[in-house]
Amino acid sequence: MNLHEYQAKELLEQYGVRIPMGITATNVDEAVAAFEKLQAETGTKFCVVKAQIHAGGRGKGGGVKVAKNMDELKEHAGNIIGMMLKTPQTPGGLEGAGKLVSTVLITEDSYLPEFDQCKEYYLSILMDRSTGKNVFIYSAEGGMDIEKVAEETPDLVFKEYIDPALGMQGFQARKIAFNLGMTGKAFKETSKFVMKLYKCFLGIDASLIEINPMMKNGHDEIIAVDSKISIDDNALYRHPSIAEMRDEKEEDPTEVEAKSFGLNYVNLDGNVGCMVNGAGLAMATMDIMKLSGGSPANFLDVGGTADAERVENAFKIILRDPEVKAILINIFGGIVRCDRVAQGVVDAYKNMGNINVPIIVRLQGTNADIAKTIIDESGLEVKSAILLQEAADKVKEVLGV
Amino acid sequence: MSVLVNKNSKIIVQGITGKEGSFHAGQMIEYGTPVVGGVTPGKGGQEHLGVPVFNTVAQAVKEVAADTTIIFVPPPFAADAIMEASDAGIKIIICITEGIPVQDMVKVKSYIKDRDVRLVGPNCPGVITPGEAKVGIMPGFIHNPGKIGIVSRSGTLTYEAVDQVTKAGMGQSTCIGIGGDPIPGTTTKDAVEMLMNDPDTEGIVMIGEIGGSMEADAAKWVKEHGTKPVVGFIAGQTAPKGRTMGHAGAIVGGAEDTAEAKMKIMAECGIHVVESPAEIGKKMAEVLGK
Repeated sequence: MNLHEYQAKELLEQYGVRIPMGITATNVDEAVAAFEKLQAETGTKFCVVKAQIHAGGRGKGGGVKVAKNMDELKEHAGNIIGMMLKTPQTPGGLEGAGKLVSTVLITEDSYLPEFDQCKEYYLSILMDRSTGKNVFIYSAEGGMDIEKVAEETPDLVFKEYIDPALGMQGFQARKIAFNLGMTGKAFKETSKFVMKLYKCFLGIDASLIEINPMMKNGHDEIIAVDSKISIDDNALYRHPSIAEMRDEKEEDPTEVEAKSFGLNYVNLDGNVGCMVNGAGLAMATMDIMKLSGGSPANFLDVGGTADAERVENAFKIILRDPEVKAILINIFGGIVRCDRVAQGVVDAYKNMGNINVPIIVRLQGTNADIAKTIIDESGLEVKSAILLQEAADKVKEVLGV
Repeated sequence: MSVLVNKNSKIIVQGITGKEGSFHAGQMIEYGTPVVGGVTPGKGGQEHLGVPVFNTVAQAVKEVAADTTIIFVPPPFAADAIMEASDAGIKIIICITEGIPVQDMVKVKSYIKDRDVRLVGPNCPGVITPGEAKVGIMPGFIHNPGKIGIVSRSGTLTYEAVDQVTKAGMGQSTCIGIGGDPIPGTTTKDAVEMLMNDPDTEGIVMIGEIGGSMEADAAKWVKEHGTKPVVGFIAGQTAPKGRTMGHAGAIVGGAEDTAEAKMKIMAECGIHVVESPAEIGKKMAEVLGK
């Protein structure tokens, strides 16, 4: 689960990580009040207006602006709140529709007054799959695209693996600070900063904490200027307050609805809908569509209990996509009996009345033969198949490719 | 011969009195799997499905000499169950549970690292040696004793491959479902290595998916040490970048973990890669000249 920047900063602050003071706003009046409060409490002259959406590269799309006075603040807040922000990471990229900004974060300008003494760094923590350990990835080349830095100058990107049994050690924190070139007070501050950050990473069951940039200001203080946090969905049960931070507006509404039906659905751009039991088989079914000249309109895993109700819900969700020209149902019955799924398909089809795209049903495994008979004798416009290749051929046939 | 489980295994079921555990333990026993007991803390002394229930794994090891366990414990307690089994001296741990927090698995991996134990899973369909032992949730009847070893990260896609192999006139030595989580106890390479060393396995089917580097690592191992033909398929050729496709581990992050990149490395390492999932069985028959 991804968090907004302001939510991430709330969590970091709880672990004592220094962040710029910030206040959220959903309209210009709130933004004005926020700026006034920041001025009163921090003495900041400028402030930064930052769009709160789940995507990186917000600055590139005009979603992050510095305001030097109240008039500029009103202008920027007015422009950003309610805009459809396009960034390289929003759906369709800079050419796409963008994402609606409903909240902005107004923060103090942490770079002033000693702007020329500030330096930016990159720091992140994530779980490294190949070692099964948590790892810090960090670089003195901050504020930039870290993937680009890693590709072009790999020597400038450092890694520090944490032993799961021992946890983070003091020497590791010092090593990170030294490698970043810190000295004096900034060195001590950095060591403390990374220790707190790791405590936070474990404490909130994060799958990613990225601080980019991490900034050293003119007083040698270390500040998390921008931050991105993702939480391990499997661990949300032990963090009810973080689970409440989920912003469903940031997710595809159809995917949210599918989840409420117990379906795992991902919307894609293609023309053949699919309904499959199991994630691996679902991906394989999408692949075979492509080889048949179609392209998948979705990923949909109906899970272990493909009964009539689930099948009907799945139909409804797939058919909402106007691009869908055919539907391929691929169920490998193990514990799930194919005849029951077949009956589910027939019942759902009848309940829904008019389904005007061709449906190909491939049922294999437990009671597959009975299932085929049920489909074939239902009198519905449904083509049945037993082998995966047959199903693929029938998709090809209905698409006329 | 076979790997991991066979008719001489002494298998216990952790979580045997729960809904899932009870159902699948029943199916396993029906298949003829040598299940010798179960563990549910607080229900020790009872009998369930005709086998004794123990409070701890250690008791089960002591009383019925258990050496293999299958875990159906809910996610908040599953990591603990794995460590308990390892501590009690169980040698083969198969964890079916889906949804274990990643940081719990980081601890488990570290805990079992230097112990004499093999963990398969979590979030996997289990392991089956057809005709001898079904230690998982797969449908038993699609399998046939034979000489093809199967390794896969997925459940139903494994059944698909098994079914194709059976329909092509061959059977399976052992099928290992390693699971779809980011930290698997057994990697693709581990499983391929076991099957490569099994004298009764003639060919190996290796089914992977997007995300991570396990298939590439296995392919490189096969290039160096392979003695038997390997047929490979990678699911997720059409999956978009940055979206998790059902399995927590199935997500394309960088250029290296796309299906295309993996298939290319596998082919370069001498693996017979099929583009279509419908051709797995056919390709194996062709490669073995059957």
